[in-house]
Amino acid sequence: MLTDLKNSRSKQFLLLFISFLLLYFFVPEDENSLLWRLPPLLKGIPLLINNFLDNLMFKWFTIPIWDPDWQMYEDKPLFRLITRSISDFLLFLIIFIREIFLGGLQTIGSLTGDSLKAYKWVYLPALPWTAVVIGLFILGYKLKGIGLALIASLGFFYVSIFGQWEPTMETLSLVLVTAPICFVLGLFFGILGYLNKKVETSLQPILNVAQTMPHFSYLVPILVLFGIGDHAGAVATIIFATPPMIRLTILGLKKISPEVVESGLMSGCNRFQLLFKVLIPTARRDILIGVNQVIMQCLAMTTIAAFIGAKGLGFNLKVALNGLKIGKAAEIGICVVIIAVVLDKLSLAWANKQKDYFANLNFYQRNKAFIFFVILTIILAIIAYFSAFFFDKGFNYLYLIPFNKGLTIAPILDAGIDWIWETFFYYLNAFNKFLITYVLFVMRDAYLGMPVISTFVLVMGAGYIIGGIRSCLIVGALILFIALSEYWNRALITAYMATFAVGISAILGIVVGSICARNEIAAKFILSVCDFFQTFPSFIYLIPVILLFGITDTSVMIAAIAYATVPATRYTVEGLRSVPPALQDAGSMSGVSNLQRLISIEFPLAFPHIMLGINQTVIFALFMVILGALIGTEDLGQIIMGCLSRPNGAGIGLTLGIFVSFICLAVDNLIRTWADERKKLLGLN
Amino acid sequence: MSQLIEEKNSTPVIKCESVYKIFGNNAQRLLENSNGQVDAKTFQESGCIVGVNNASFDVMKGEMMVVMGLSGSGKSTLLRCISRLTEATSGNIFIDGEDLLSMNNKQLIELRRNKMGMVFQSFALLPHKTVIENIAFPLQIKGMTTQDSMSKALEMVELVGLKGRENYFPRELSGGQQQRVGIARSLAVEPDIWFLDEPFSALDPLIRKEMQDEFLRLQGVLNKTIMFVTHDFDEALRLADKIAIMKDGIIEQLDTPDNIVLNPATEYVKKFTEDVPREKVLKIESIMDPYDSNNSGSKQVSKDAIIETLAESILNSKEVLTVIDNKNQIVGSLNPSKVIKVIFGK
Repeated sequence: MLTDLKNSRSKQFLLLFISFLLLYFFVPEDENSLLWRLPPLLKGIPLLINNFLDNLMFKWFTIPIWDPDWQMYEDKPLFRLITRSISDFLLFLIIFIREIFLGGLQTIGSLTGDSLKAYKWVYLPALPWTAVVIGLFILGYKLKGIGLALIASLGFFYVSIFGQWEPTMETLSLVLVTAPICFVLGLFFGILGYLNKKVETSLQPILNVAQTMPHFSYLVPILVLFGIGDHAGAVATIIFATPPMIRLTILGLKKISPEVVESGLMSGCNRFQLLFKVLIPTARRDILIGVNQVIMQCLAMTTIAAFIGAKGLGFNLKVALNGLKIGKAAEIGICVVIIAVVLDKLSLAWANKQKDYFANLNFYQRNKAFIFFVILTIILAIIAYFSAFFFDKGFNYLYLIPFNKGLTIAPILDAGIDWIWETFFYYLNAFNKFLITYVLFVMRDAYLGMPVISTFVLVMGAGYIIGGIRSCLIVGALILFIALSEYWNRALITAYMATFAVGISAILGIVVGSICARNEIAAKFILSVCDFFQTFPSFIYLIPVILLFGITDTSVMIAAIAYATVPATRYTVEGLRSVPPALQDAGSMSGVSNLQRLISIEFPLAFPHIMLGINQTVIFALFMVILGALIGTEDLGQIIMGCLSRPNGAGIGLTLGIFVSFICLAVDNLIRTWADERKKLLGLN
Repeated sequence: MSQLIEEKNSTPVIKCESVYKIFGNNAQRLLENSNGQVDAKTFQESGCIVGVNNASFDVMKGEMMVVMGLSGSGKSTLLRCISRLTEATSGNIFIDGEDLLSMNNKQLIELRRNKMGMVFQSFALLPHKTVIENIAFPLQIKGMTTQDSMSKALEMVELVGLKGRENYFPRELSGGQQQRVGIARSLAVEPDIWFLDEPFSALDPLIRKEMQDEFLRLQGVLNKTIMFVTHDFDEALRLADKIAIMKDGIIEQLDTPDNIVLNPATEYVKKFTEDVPREKVLKIESIMDPYDSNNSGSKQVSKDAIIETLAESILNSKEVLTVIDNKNQIVGSLNPSKVIKVIFGK
C-alpha cells in the first residue's frame, strides 16, 4: 500500500485532495483559531516601507547645498536630489521629443535661457503629420515592402484624421525616450549577467518579481520617489520594460555556439573585442527581438502610466472610461491598437532584416531614402508654415488636427452600444446575473470559507509531490508571507477570480489550440491572431467588456479570460506542432486514428510545453484581475488602486504587489519544476 | 647560417610534456595525490572527468600531426590545451621553445594574433559578416587598416577558391564553401601553427574528399606546422605525417601511418587497422629491400608513392624494380612478390 503510494503520483494527489477536503470541512470558522486564519504578524511591513521611503526622501544622507537666495547652506537629502535630477533629465528628453512632433518653445528656452523667450520666432516648429505619415511609409517600404508601408502610413493617417494626433505623439514621445533607455540598461545588465554567474543568479529573483508584479503596485512608490507627471510615467515604464530585455540578452548570448567564441579567441580578440565584435553581433537577432519586446512593453506601460500623470492616449482613455464615454474610449482604444500593431510590425521587420552589403555604394545610394525623407519633410514643413495664413481661427490642419475637429465615430459607436443594450439587455443581464449569483459568488464564498491550514496542506503538499521538500518549502514560504498579513481574505478573492479565469482560459486555449494545430494553415492563422492580441496593452481589453456587461465582476472575468486564453492557445499549438514528425510517422504506421494520435502520442509529448503556457495564463489572468480594479472589484487590486490616491499608499501598494508576485512565483515554481522534470524524462529539450 | 637553420629546425614547434587535463572541482588536488598515475575510473568516482591523460609529444616544423580518436577520447581537449582555449591541469607546453602555460593574457593574445590559426568543426563563422569580412576579421582585430586587411583577405579568398563570392554571407554558402572561409580566415594572419578541429566532419563524404585534396594542395604550398584532429581513421591515414591515436585521454600510439598499420601497438589500435586496405595506405618505402645492384631492373619507382597507384605496372613488369627518392638517388629495390603479399596476404 505504502510503496504503491510512493510510485503513483495520481494516488498521492488523491490522498492530498482528500486531506484537503477533510480539513476544509472539519476546521471550524473561528477568528481566534490558528487553523482558521493566521494572525497578521506582518501588518507592520507597509508602515516600514513608508517610513523607509520617507526617511530616504527627507532625512537620510543630507548634504549641504548653497542657497543663493538665503545666502546660506541648507541641508538637502541626497537621494531626493538624485531622483529629482533623474526626473528632470527624463522630462527634458520627453519634452524635447514631444516638441519635435508637436512644436513648442520649452526645449530651446531651457538650452538658451529665458532671455530668448521674448522673441516670437524662438519656437520649434512641429513636424507636420503629413511628413510623419510619409516618413513611416518610406520606413515601412525600406524595412519590408509595400505591405508594411501601407499598414504603417494608413495607421497613422487614421490616427491623425480622427483627431488623436496630439495624445498619440505624447504617448510616442514617452515610448521613444523610454525604449532606448530600457534597451541600454537591459543590454548592460544582460551582458553583466552573461559574463558573471553571480550577477546572473542575483538578477534572477529580481527579474522574477519585477515581471510578475502588477503594474499598479510600483506606480505608488514611484509617485513618492519621483513625483507626478510624464517623468514618473517614464520611470515606471523603464522598470517594467527592462527585465525582458535583460532576459533576452542573456538568453541570446548563451545560445552562441562555443566554437564561435573560440574562433574569436583564436583570432586574438581581447575581452572588449570579443564582446563587441563577436558576442553581441552574433546574438544580434535575439537582442533585436528584445528591442521589439521593449517597445511593446513600453507602449503597454505608458498607457497605464496615465495613473501617475503621464500624458497621452492612456490619459485620455482613463478620462473617457471614468466618464463612461464608451464610444470615445473605444475610439482611443483603436488608436492604441493601431500604434501597437505599427510599432510591433516595424520593429520586428527591423529585427529580421538582414544586413545588406554596402561596400560598392556611395553615400547618396546608401541613404537615398533618408535624403528623400529629409527633403520632403522640409518642403512639407514650409508648406505647413505658410498655410497658417489660409486657416482661420489659429488652427493649422497641416500640423495637427485637433481632437474636436477630427472625424469621430464615437456617436455611431455609442448608438451601436445603446442598440446592443436595448436589444440584448435581457439576455446579457440574465447571463450576467446567472454568472454572478450561481458561479462567481458561490466560488468566492467557497474560497473565503477555506481554513488557512487546508490551503497550506494543499499548496505545500502539491509542492512536495512535484518537487520534493525544496519546492514544498519555497511555495509554503511564499504563501506564508501573505497569510501573515491582514490581506489574506482579499488575496483569496483575487485567487478565486484568477482560478476561474485560468480554468476557462486553459480549457478554451487547449481546445482551440488542439483543433488548430491539426492543420498547417489554421495553426499559422491562430498564431498570428495570438500575436495580434498580444500586441495590445492589457488596458484595452477592458473597453469592449464594459461595453457589453457594464461595471460588474463578469466584465473583469471576461476580460481576464480573453487576455489569458492567448498564451494557453499559443503554447498548445506550439507544443503540438513540435512533436517530432518521426513519431507521427511511427504512430501512423501503427495504425492510430486521429483521436488516438492526439491522446496517446501528441498530448503526452506536448503537455510539458502546454503547462508552461498555463503558467503564462496564470500570470496574465492575475494581471487582468488586478487591472479589473479599474472597473471595480473587491480584491487586492482594489486596494492597490486605492493606494494611488492615498497619502501613505506606497507601502501598502508595494506590499500587495509583492503578494501578487508571490502567488505567481508559487504557481510558477510548481509548474516549472513539473514541466522541467517531465521534459527531461521525455528527452525533450 | 645553415647551421642556424638546422638548429632552428631541430627545436620542435610544439612540445608537450606530460600534459593532463582533468575536469572537476578538485582536479588539481586529486592529480597531485595520484603521482602521475591517473586512472579514469577512480577519478570519475570522485566527480572528475579525465580529458587528457599524460600526453607527451613533439611536432616539428612543417610536420602534420593528426590526433585520431572516437568522440570523448579527449582529442579536442588536447587541441584546446595546446591552443590554451582550456587551461591544462598540469604539464608543460612549449610553442617555439616558449612556455605557453606561463604566458599572461597579453602575451597569449599576441601569440594567437601572429602564430596560430584554427579551423572549427562547425565552421564558427560570424553570421553578421560577409565572406571577406570574416576572413579579414583576425587582421582587423590585430589592428590592420581596413584597406590592407581587405586586400590580404582577397588573396586568401583566391587561395581557397572562393573568388566571386567574397560579398556573400555565410548563410548563403554550402557547408564546404563555409569551411573554405574558415580555412581562409585561419590562414589570413599567416600563422606558423595551424590547428584544425575535425574540419571536415560536418561535410558530406564527397565534399569531404574534395576538401581533403584541397587541404593537401594548400599544405603543399604553405608547409605549415599542423595539428589536425579527426575521428575518421581513413582521413588520418590520408593526411598525416604522424598519427596519435587516443582513447580515454591516453595516447595509445604515436607513430607514422605506415607503422600504425603494420605494427599496431595495442589491441585498440589494431581494431582500427584491421579493415584498412594496406595498399592504399602504405608507401613503396615501407616494403622495399636494401639496394642490390645485381638483382635490379632498369625500371624505377618513387619511394613515396602509394602502393596501390603503382600496383598494376609493378605486377606487370615481373622484374625487381629500383626505388629512388625525390632527388633521384637510388635508395632500395622492390620485389613484386612483396606487393602481392601486401594486397592479398594479411
